[in-house]
Amino acid sequence: MAPRAWFLLVLILTGLTAHPARAKVIVEEKSLYRNVLVYEENGLRCMKFGKHDNGRQACIALDNPEAIVFNSPKMQLGALYLNPSPRNALIIGLGGGIVTVALQKMYPDIQIDNVEIDPAVVRVSQQFFNFTPSKNTHIYTDDGRVFVKQALKRTLRYDIIFLDAFDHLSVPEHMTTREYLLELKELLAPGGVMAANTFSSGQLHAAESATYADVFGPYYNLQVHNRVILTRLGGLPGMDEVRRNAGRMKERLEQLSIDTNWLLSLFSTEVAWPERTRLLTDQYSPSNLLNGRPLERTP
Amino acid sequence: MNMKSMLVYLVAGWSGYYVMAVELLGGRALSPFFGTGIYVWGAIIALFMLALSIGYLIGGQFSTHQPSLRKLSLLLGLATLTSLPCATFSTPILEKVFEMVPDPRYGALLASFLLFFLPITISGTISPYAIRLLTHGLGDSGQVAGKVFFISTFGSTAGTLLTSFYLVLLFELNQIIHGMLAISFAIAVIGVIAGGQKSEPSHGA
Repeated sequence: MAPRAWFLLVLILTGLTAHPARAKVIVEEKSLYRNVLVYEENGLRCMKFGKHDNGRQACIALDNPEAIVFNSPKMQLGALYLNPSPRNALIIGLGGGIVTVALQKMYPDIQIDNVEIDPAVVRVSQQFFNFTPSKNTHIYTDDGRVFVKQALKRTLRYDIIFLDAFDHLSVPEHMTTREYLLELKELLAPGGVMAANTFSSGQLHAAESATYADVFGPYYNLQVHNRVILTRLGGLPGMDEVRRNAGRMKERLEQLSIDTNWLLSLFSTEVAWPERTRLLTDQYSPSNLLNGRPLERTP
Repeated sequence: MNMKSMLVYLVAGWSGYYVMAVELLGGRALSPFFGTGIYVWGAIIALFMLALSIGYLIGGQFSTHQPSLRKLSLLLGLATLTSLPCATFSTPILEKVFEMVPDPRYGALLASFLLFFLPITISGTISPYAIRLLTHGLGDSGQVAGKVFFISTFGSTAGTLLTSFYLVLLFELNQIIHGMLAISFAIAVIGVIAGGQKSEPSHGA
């Protein structure tokens, strides 16, 4: 074998085994849904779903656990630029409890309902990710769609809803549909804000864009690796109002390592999708099959 | 193999396809109300297993009374007919169950029972009935049973793969179910016509 081939082989093998060599595994917890792995690496403590998950569900900095490390929770907190005074919030998908902890810190009296399907994620978040629910925070181990239907029955309403139940590995298809978004919309209080964190690409990105637009009308699309969709009931605020609110929130968000200029620079209403894009509905929602599938070229 | 035997195998194979496709689509239909947790699949699979087991028992018993291709085809027709609530009023049924049963585990189980118990039980009668129709004597009974299981399970494999890999990308849930009901009905009609007389000898299938 040529030296270059040997080099490549070594590179591949070290790549495959890189995780145990460099990262220190803190705990691996089996659950009904996946293996939840907590590890430390480069000054970060992170959670991922199984050894072969090449992404991370949540991370905290060991030397500053209150700072937000990842872009996606920072982008979700951009929802506060649309409503800087929420009295309550619904958070679907716990992750490491990063958004919940941030809201508790910024708004000590806020009422938070946190829904997470996997009890192992709740346990791990509390034990290893600095997640301490306040007396006003309630955690529900439930499916995000079932909880929303039950909340509607109880006529609950929320000032902000964070939908953070997706990752790059799998999409809960029943939580991508037009009907679900209509349920979430109904659950919003007047002027309520919806923040959805997704990891879609290709045909799913287009279908998701079209479905959100159909239900909510115009929205802000914040895109880095993931995307965060921000929208508000009763009309999307213009950038002037967003900037004013960003000014009001500047100090509190910078304490969480969120740079105002960076976050503002992500706000965009420019989202395009092919004209004949099918909406995702309870009848048609092959979201996982559409994710990453290239858009069909129009002749 | 004569045409009647081929039709018996066709009914068995299609029934296998139908059962698995309905099971997969059932998971999709229940998910807006009860989620996609492991308990939802547990409820659906348990209900299908129960319905099939009862169907096997009834089908075996039924096959002792003047079995015929016509009756086998009528069983397929009956399975189609009892699937109509699942194809047409599943949403109001699911809404009612969601209202009545707060625990999604038992909600999923009750909803599965209401939507799928009858059609899947009747689909379960088809394999033992088909074996009886194709069997000429004790000597070939094992071979015939093996062939029917093969065709039926192969049909299930096709139903699972085609539905989950391709059909859900192209069609809506109800379109897939309506398409399957049309095929079931067409096969049942062909079977009834080909079956001819009300009763026929067991060897003539």
